[in-house]
Amino acid sequence: MIEKQQQFERLHAVRWREFDALLGALETAGRGAPVPADAARLPAWYRELCGHYAVARDRGYSARLTAELHALALRAHRQLYRRDPAFGWRLLAFVTSEFPRMTRRHAHAMFVALALFLLPGAFAGIGCYVDSELVYSVMEANQVAEMEYMYEPGGKRLGRETGREASSDIAMFGYYISNNIGIGFRTFAAGVLAGIGTVLTLVYNGLTIGAVAGHLTRIGYGSTFWPFVCGHSAFELTAIVICGAAGLVVAAAVLFPGNLARKVAMKRAGRDAAVLVGGAAAMLLVAAFLEAFWSSSALLPAAVKFFAAAAFWVLVVLYFTRAGAVRHAPR
Amino acid sequence: MSAPKLDTLFRFETPEGITLDLPVAGPPARALAFAIDLRIRGAIYLALSLTLGLLGELGTGPMLIGIFLAEWFYPVAFEIQRGATPGKKALGLVVVNDDGTPVAWSASVVRNLLRVADFFPALYAAGLVAMLVSPRFQRLGDVVAGTLVVYAPPARRRAPLAPHAALPPPVPLDRDEQAALVDFAERVPELAPARAVELAGILTPLHGREGQAALDEVLGYAAFVMRGNETT
Repeated sequence: MIEKQQQFERLHAVRWREFDALLGALETAGRGAPVPADAARLPAWYRELCGHYAVARDRGYSARLTAELHALALRAHRQLYRRDPAFGWRLLAFVTSEFPRMTRRHAHAMFVALALFLLPGAFAGIGCYVDSELVYSVMEANQVAEMEYMYEPGGKRLGRETGREASSDIAMFGYYISNNIGIGFRTFAAGVLAGIGTVLTLVYNGLTIGAVAGHLTRIGYGSTFWPFVCGHSAFELTAIVICGAAGLVVAAAVLFPGNLARKVAMKRAGRDAAVLVGGAAAMLLVAAFLEAFWSSSALLPAAVKFFAAAAFWVLVVLYFTRAGAVRHAPR
Repeated sequence: MSAPKLDTLFRFETPEGITLDLPVAGPPARALAFAIDLRIRGAIYLALSLTLGLLGELGTGPMLIGIFLAEWFYPVAFEIQRGATPGKKALGLVVVNDDGTPVAWSASVVRNLLRVADFFPALYAAGLVAMLVSPRFQRLGDVVAGTLVVYAPPARRRAPLAPHAALPPPVPLDRDEQAALVDFAERVPELAPARAVELAGILTPLHGREGQAALDEVLGYAAFVMRGNETT
């Protein structure tokens, strides 16, 4: 004979009702409502409820009662194991150590992505600098004409099609954000489809950027092109490579999970890749800001822009090699 | 207890040593939720272009940023805040980590960035295949982020059983039989009266009664199982 369910219910019903009320208060807390005063009782009450639930299941109590206790346990579990964001500190830790450390942990993927980007870039750059026709093999003729139009020395169009006004700086800022960060995200996302899209995006970006640089330098537009692109290049090019590396990390987990179940490997890779993509998105944001408000400035002399660009590159390299490095005790 | 039946339940054990079950949501429910979200997102785009777009050059930048945020982070914002986008909420779905806890923000970002891959080559084809292959209906983004889309636990209250005179059953009952009796008694208020009588009639060979009398007899057994011979 099963122990009497009704007696069990009568004994604990008050506590379940209290617990239900506490959970309700916790679930609405933070959205206008204050944190309830008896929030500290949650763990003890939860353990008690877990006991009740286990007993109810073991004694074969009715489906409704078990379901009710199950629902309470589930809600309490969600409250108790909620991950506290503490956003400010997380952000600081992310910038100062988590992100640069993650790029070093996946140094292999970083170097592969760099090679996939840099080698086609150098190839197209040198090729287009030497050969006047090669650029048309990489880009459409009207794209080339547009590039030439944008960087024509003496033109007032530096790096964009429209006229130069403050409002168009903001417009371009929005455009760079939606376009460049979107490309970064897609480069990463393509990684889960065996990385084919990631590799193609890296190579394609390398080829076009190299071709434009080589071609414009060859026809003598370098004096407008290089001061414009040097400033944001440190952040933008690095971020493209990092997004690619994030995609490759996931792709590697899909293709070569090693001793892990593929699913587990993908989940672990995803955790790391999230850090890489998040950091890269922040860098692209910085790059978009620089590109819209600094690089496009006609007031700043080229020398200042070159000097700043060199400083940015040193900063970026130092950041990725040094930031968050564990200091060892002196030997 | 009888062997667990085949179901779409995701079962996990908590540190407290109990197992909890979450019913995972399949492609149709999630597609419907997506359709609702798509409409809301369309409304956001429309509102952005009608307000900021009409400002001309000055509004273009903020409009592009707004569209970018709505495109990539609309689900993230809702999932972190309340566990589900409005579309999912409408269908009673919620996104959780695969240990049943509320979805972490990095996991939410990953699963939503990977929508691009799930969409490939068109209309979430890759995501659908991944969901059908996965025992937990995870699309690629869910696998990489370690997340699940489940039905939110229903906030259902039990109505207390109507008091009924306890009757000892004529034969000894094992646990499953006792549980079935009590489950039946709890369901009676939801059943059409004729159906309740019909179900109670299954036991007619045991007690020889029919119609309303059979139902009273069975409810009597349930009351006995629940509280024995003591009075309420």
